[in-house]
Amino acid sequence: MIRFFSITKNIHEWLFNLMPESVASVVEMILIAVVYLLIFAVAGLYLVLLERRVAAWFQLRIGPNRVGYQGLLQTMADALKLVSKELTGTEKADKFLYNLAPYFVIISSLMALSVFPFTQDFQAFDINIGLLFLIAISSIGVIGILLGGWSSNNKFALIGAMRSGVQTISYELSVGLSLLTMVLLTGSLQLSEIVEVQKGGWLIVQGHIPAVIAFMIYMIAGTAETNRAPFDLVEAESELGAGFHTEYSGMKFAYFFLAEFINMFIIAAIATTVFFGAWLSPFGITESIPILGVVWFLGKTLILVFLMMWFRWTFPRLRIDQLLTLEWKYLLPINLINIVVMAFVVWLKITI
Amino acid sequence: MQMETITVNKSFKSEEYFINMGPQHPATHGVLRLLLTIDGEIIKKVEPDLGYIHRSIEKMCERDSYQQIVHLTDRMDYLSSHINNEAVCLAVENALQLEIPDRVKVIRTIIGELTRIASHTLWWGVMGMDVGALTTYFYGFRDRELINDIFEETCGARLTMNYNIPGGLMFDIHPNFVKRTKEFIAHFKTKLPEYDSLLTGNIIFQKRMKGVGILSKEDAISYGASGPVGRGSGYSCDVRKHHPYSALDKVTFNETLRQEGDSFARYQVRIQEMWESMSIIEQLIDNIPEGEHQVATNAVIKLPKGEFYQKVETARGELGVYIISTGTKSPYRLKFRSPGFSNLSLLNHIAVGGKIGDLVATMATLDLVIPDIDR
Repeated sequence: MIRFFSITKNIHEWLFNLMPESVASVVEMILIAVVYLLIFAVAGLYLVLLERRVAAWFQLRIGPNRVGYQGLLQTMADALKLVSKELTGTEKADKFLYNLAPYFVIISSLMALSVFPFTQDFQAFDINIGLLFLIAISSIGVIGILLGGWSSNNKFALIGAMRSGVQTISYELSVGLSLLTMVLLTGSLQLSEIVEVQKGGWLIVQGHIPAVIAFMIYMIAGTAETNRAPFDLVEAESELGAGFHTEYSGMKFAYFFLAEFINMFIIAAIATTVFFGAWLSPFGITESIPILGVVWFLGKTLILVFLMMWFRWTFPRLRIDQLLTLEWKYLLPINLINIVVMAFVVWLKITI
Repeated sequence: MQMETITVNKSFKSEEYFINMGPQHPATHGVLRLLLTIDGEIIKKVEPDLGYIHRSIEKMCERDSYQQIVHLTDRMDYLSSHINNEAVCLAVENALQLEIPDRVKVIRTIIGELTRIASHTLWWGVMGMDVGALTTYFYGFRDRELINDIFEETCGARLTMNYNIPGGLMFDIHPNFVKRTKEFIAHFKTKLPEYDSLLTGNIIFQKRMKGVGILSKEDAISYGASGPVGRGSGYSCDVRKHHPYSALDKVTFNETLRQEGDSFARYQVRIQEMWESMSIIEQLIDNIPEGEHQVATNAVIKLPKGEFYQKVETARGELGVYIISTGTKSPYRLKFRSPGFSNLSLLNHIAVGGKIGDLVATMATLDLVIPDIDR
């Protein structure tokens, strides 16, 4: 039985025998960071490729299939091109904020990745407020969007950034409250605890009706959080050109672009962890091989990612006032009632 | 107390600002420039600025012979190029009082209606894209390509066709034409309901369209709106119905009218028009009369002295051709009354008070083709 713990433990002991304790812990941290950076880059690039193939499938096209086998190297080539491109910008931009903005976006999504339990023992950072940490970190990204839109001294970018601020702040409420509904079932914010609770059954099954409602609200609000269609008012290309990243080019643009896809992955991964039992297999069919948990985790996440792509390639875009109406007049009240219902479900112990 | 209120108001004063939408903007479908005055997201004023693709077509017409003029009209409304050609040809033929064979009339009408379907499928795809549903674009193009293939086989061009000449058609139709057109109609009858299931019934789409960009019937008439824009407001303005030309007097079809006058009404008029166009083609395709595909004209056509007017219904509305001839090989003055220009003029009237998103959606339902507006 291979467990991640045994591998990491060997590396850990080897490092601590080799060098003094303080140096070893720094080296360990750097190693973990590199691993997560790799996951980030590979996941981001392949999600872009997946999106392009899925879009092609929806749109009666073939999609990229020339670079590498079935286009597997296409996004790598694109990233290389973006790295080698000259960075252009506007003369009257607020240079400091303009350059700072992409890092806010990218760092926030990178940090969020670190708390996910990909499988048993494969979790970089298991804090007792994991879920709160996720919500808090993922909302930092909007600062980057606001800064980028404001500092590039372009009215289209500014409108896009303002829309993003309005949208993200509104929908964060729904994301938080729908996750809070599920926390009532688990009684803990720690992600490993949440997974532990689900060994008897995934939370969406345990919490039945209120959990399904919470999941639906979460998916809608989560899609809005990532600024993707039908909530892509931030970069509504038919209205604002490219929205907040109009003035960005080269690798800075790529940061925004990659962060969008990583955010999509994060939203889907949170849903997987909280509603669908993270790395747990259905009915425990692969319980004896914990390493397969990675496959289950990624599989469930990708199904949800596909769902979000499905939204994007089917729905038209909402208008800004309709977007706010949906949140404040429908999702939020339903959500508040749903929490009360869930509280009763937990209190009366009518969970499955 | 009052002083305080004033200072608070001053520090939070909402200001109007100005945005240049275009000439390079994805929603203006070409080189239209809109000068927008905006308060937050709300449109206060829309001022179209034209001239970025002006090619002096009307002035060039005063230099060219009548055969050459036909070729210039392709480049106006490139999505209904066949109908534009037909307008000039009909004007010249009427002036010369030529007797046009029935075969020519029927073929012109069939291709004209195919052009209308091709234009409307492209409009549908682009319209979806403007409201954010990118997939529609490819569905629209899938069906439009089939029509373009038919055109290519018959007259060698897919977009700027130049199939009409004064006196008839440049060549006879390709032997496959009838078969392929029938195939297309059968295909499109199964695909047009897909359009409805993908976009029309979508709740977001309906919320974006209904009650937005309302144009009353009186305003439609006074702004000179024509085509689906006018008919969406209940203004019966179909030239095909009121002044039938070519073989349109031999067919029965309904003029689609909607009373609501909003964006959704204009959308539905165009969808319905595709069904009507298919019905017109079906009535004509089986009995194309035998005969010549053109009548002989002089190599140099000289129109008699006088003024001649011909109007046709393009995919966008009423196209008028007004020729003043002094009896020479070129017109003294030739004026095109293009549908897009009048339809654009009412944009300010219907878009003010809406959001930026509304402006884009409303503009999409006007179906503007910029080279048609800027000749």
